[in-house]
Amino acid sequence: MNYELISSKLNEKFSTNQNQLNTSTAGDPYFLINKEQLLPICQYLKENEELWFNFLKLITAVDQGDKFSSVYHLYSYKYEFGITLKVDLEKTNPVVDSLCGLYKAANWLERECYDLMGIIYKGHPDLRRILLPLDWQGYPLRKDYVAPTEYNGIDNT
Amino acid sequence: MDSNKAKNLEQILESSIKDPKDLTRYLYYRKKLKEEGLSDFISILPLGAAINWARANSVWPLTFGIACCAIEMMAVGASKFDLDRFGSGVFRATPRQTDLMIVAGTVTYKLAPRIKKLYEQMPSPKYVIAMGACASSGGPYTQLGYQVIKGVDKIIPVDVYIPGCPPRPEALIDAVLLLQDKISKTIPQQEAI
Ligand code: SF4
Repeated sequence: MNYELISSKLNEKFSTNQNQLNTSTAGDPYFLINKEQLLPICQYLKENEELWFNFLKLITAVDQGDKFSSVYHLYSYKYEFGITLKVDLEKTNPVVDSLCGLYKAANWLERECYDLMGIIYKGHPDLRRILLPLDWQGYPLRKDYVAPTEYNGIDNT
Repeated sequence: MDSNKAKNLEQILESSIKDPKDLTRYLYYRKKLKEEGLSDFISILPLGAAINWARANSVWPLTFGIACCAIEMMAVGASKFDLDRFGSGVFRATPRQTDLMIVAGTVTYKLAPRIKKLYEQMPSPKYVIAMGACASSGGPYTQLGYQVIKGVDKIIPVDVYIPGCPPRPEALIDAVLLLQDKISKTIPQQEAI
């Protein structure tokens, strides 16, 4: 298994050149994929016999300033290989399809990203805050977040 | 009882009486007992001082570790530092049987109502030690910790603060000794006697 194989398979199946393999930045290469194609691509990656990405390691989110990114780390136990997928979302309306139907692990990971970054996962069965109190205002890991000076009568200064 | 030991006990009892009026009375009765030849069998102490002495030497803490400082608290409870030497090694699993809450860690807003509830469930007299920088002032989270309370004293009263991140086990022992000192200096309320 290598990146070229995955890349060629993806291009073959999803005949656009929007799903590029990006190797320019430091760190692991990643696939920058189209928001609409996230679900079909993940399903393909999971169910194809030659890829078998059956494990969702992690979902994180990044505030890039002018946009959000939702980042997915998949792993294939069979071929012992991991890849990273990235989806870019608009700042004003960060909505992306939920992976809960494919991977059970996505449930809490997506709740965490919703809690701290405010990304809405469409189709999630139970999208609530997971770490912060349920009545918390705002999404603390966003760059423009301002910490409250008071919470439920407790002074925060 | 050999005379050396008896002397020692007398000194200990004497030092535990803080009220000068009580002390004069105590010395008077001790002399009387000696004259009657009963001092080998009977020790006397003002009731308030006796209660304080008992309270100060059996301060039971709550099993309550909320962050990294709790690891040091566990070390203090274990054999190497052995908090049991000071009568505080009995960590109870329910607040109803405890006298002391050691807040060993970071207090978040989500935890605050629970801490308050636990504190209210403890029977009086009750004491609180704020262990470490987090519990005293927010510590490393003071500036950017949007979720951390800047000191547990914002929600419950604190008797002893321990600086450090985390404090050494000896520092916690020192705090317990300070607390014992504080307890033995208080004048017990009438209804408690
Ligand atoms: S004071 Fe330091 S060691 Fe103690 S809970 Fe806070 S961060 Fe952890």
